[in-house]
Amino acid sequence: MSVVIGQKSGLDAYELTLRNDRRKALVVKVIAYSILILAALVYIMPFVLSAISSFKSDPDISKHPVAFKFDRAMGSPSLDGVRGLNRDSITFPRWTLNSIFVTTVVVGGRLIIASFGGYALARMKFKGQKYFFSLMLLVMGIPHIVLAIPQFIVMKQMNILNTYWAMILPMMFDCADLLVMKQFMEQIPKEMEESAAIDGATRFQTFRQIVLPMAVPGLLTLLILRTVGVWNEFLKVLIAVPAAPQLKTLPVGLASLQGEFGSSTPWASILSGALITTMPMAILFFVFQRFFRQGLNSGAVKG
Amino acid sequence: MSAVSSPMSRVGQRRQKKVKGPALFEHDDRTGWMFISPFAIGLVVFIIVPIFMALWVSMTDWSGISPPLKATNVGLKNYQTLLVDDGLRRSDFALSIKNNFYYVIFVVPIQTMLAFVLAVIVHQKFLKGKSFFRLAFFFPSITSSIAVSLIFKFIFQIDGLANAVFPGKPVNWFGNSRGLLHNFLGVFGVNKAPSWLQGRFVGLSLWDWLSGPSVAMSAIMACVIWTTSGTLMLIFLGGLQNIPVELDEASILDGASGWKRMWLITFPMVRPQLFLVLVLGLIGTWQVFDQVYAMSFGGPDKSTITPAFWIYYQSFRNGSAGLGAALAVILCAIISVFTYIQRRLVSDKGVEG
Repeated sequence: MSVVIGQKSGLDAYELTLRNDRRKALVVKVIAYSILILAALVYIMPFVLSAISSFKSDPDISKHPVAFKFDRAMGSPSLDGVRGLNRDSITFPRWTLNSIFVTTVVVGGRLIIASFGGYALARMKFKGQKYFFSLMLLVMGIPHIVLAIPQFIVMKQMNILNTYWAMILPMMFDCADLLVMKQFMEQIPKEMEESAAIDGATRFQTFRQIVLPMAVPGLLTLLILRTVGVWNEFLKVLIAVPAAPQLKTLPVGLASLQGEFGSSTPWASILSGALITTMPMAILFFVFQRFFRQGLNSGAVKG
Repeated sequence: MSAVSSPMSRVGQRRQKKVKGPALFEHDDRTGWMFISPFAIGLVVFIIVPIFMALWVSMTDWSGISPPLKATNVGLKNYQTLLVDDGLRRSDFALSIKNNFYYVIFVVPIQTMLAFVLAVIVHQKFLKGKSFFRLAFFFPSITSSIAVSLIFKFIFQIDGLANAVFPGKPVNWFGNSRGLLHNFLGVFGVNKAPSWLQGRFVGLSLWDWLSGPSVAMSAIMACVIWTTSGTLMLIFLGGLQNIPVELDEASILDGASGWKRMWLITFPMVRPQLFLVLVLGLIGTWQVFDQVYAMSFGGPDKSTITPAFWIYYQSFRNGSAGLGAALAVILCAIISVFTYIQRRLVSDKGVEG
């Protein structure tokens, strides 16, 4: 066939390959979409099922753990799950406030520390700077779990275990914050600072009036990323408040639900709790998507 | 930028800088340290000092409860207990390393491949609803690891969604400590250690070393792969977007097929991202803790204990913080290897980590 066409004219052969390519392209499209849609289902369904299940009654959820609809005969939809989150030692309202408080203080503090420190690293030359910077890089890779035991001792000696301080202080100092701010600040044109310096502005004035306003996009990116990180932090809080259940944050409180109800697992409550823990970050994510992508590109994630 | 290129103007610039220099950098020694001191103090108190304390605790018999400064020094005894002395503590340590090892060699390649495939598809020009897919895949990364773990535990119940979707006998995921490899060999009738696998290595028989991840661990692996792939996909996407359009177009004009372009252009161009994803994966997977804590708490039969979990358990639940610290130092050594590789990559290839 193809030989004959090749002999006839170049144009026909070209058209045929074009048509062939189109058919191939269609197959590729169908395969691509099927993979993506299947993957999207796998990614979304667990959230949908657990969101629905958190409003099922306890008998309904144990009878139909896979159903995406409510069984009215069993009393669904119901608020059993949510109600189970505020009784005896389970105090989700308090834990929510703790999460908001700790996240606000830690992220606020970290942004301040990081903008001062990042500016020093980006623009200043001071004695020992190189050594300090290498020290930062050196300790950055140390896993949290390795520091857990000695940090526990430090807090014990400072007598702050089972207080807010024990959650806040160990989360406050992160080398990656400074590296990110350093990067952002290095991108700010130097000329403006130089002319400010010539006009007689002090370092601090230059920093506050010129550098900080220009670093706002960077600060926002860091703000969003660190809010998510601190909100979801588990291990550090777990170790900080072992004997103060009222001080737990949402993830630690959520993890403690399993053992609190005796033998049967209180799925409706656990899934309601998971929903409450996830929701604020989900909203943040949908509103500020842009910053997540920027943050990822600037290497601010996984630091 | 390009306007300033002649040697003359460069000289001029340098002279300008010299003139401005003193005004800008006069008090930098003092101001520099002042600006960085809030961080420096925290770094010393909560990271540097603890690092040395970890080394010190690992050489004591501290229980984790008694006053830490009164603990007795026992030298290298904790390390000996973990690595040399025959006993339950050594075999538990070996078990945690084995469990985590299988976890790593399953999770890292699978999440990397999945992330790459998703990124390549999401990157296609013809695709509609790109941002929807990107959102859907990335969303789990911003949710609490504990919330996601519990959702997966719900799904992997014996009558849960996972068993409903997959055909075959329902699996009791979190009640099954048997290794996947042992299960696989069981299909061929091999249910016990053949004689040549009865030797022992660091407290476990060779047959036990070759168990593969337990069924319970597989459920945890599924959860982690599902959570992380989205972030890794975005890293790959960043790399794909950097490929110049001309390169792709030129190769199409040259008649390169889709596969050829994948091998000859896409792969080499995203190599930095590939290394980054692999190394980040290796560092992260050797520290798995939250998921184990929330989903299985090390069980069943210790088949999901990992070094990170075992450090926590020994130190804060079992009154053996000295032993936990020794384990922490060993884990730190393992992870340092990968961190070192990552650093080398970052400095060689200019990839952000």
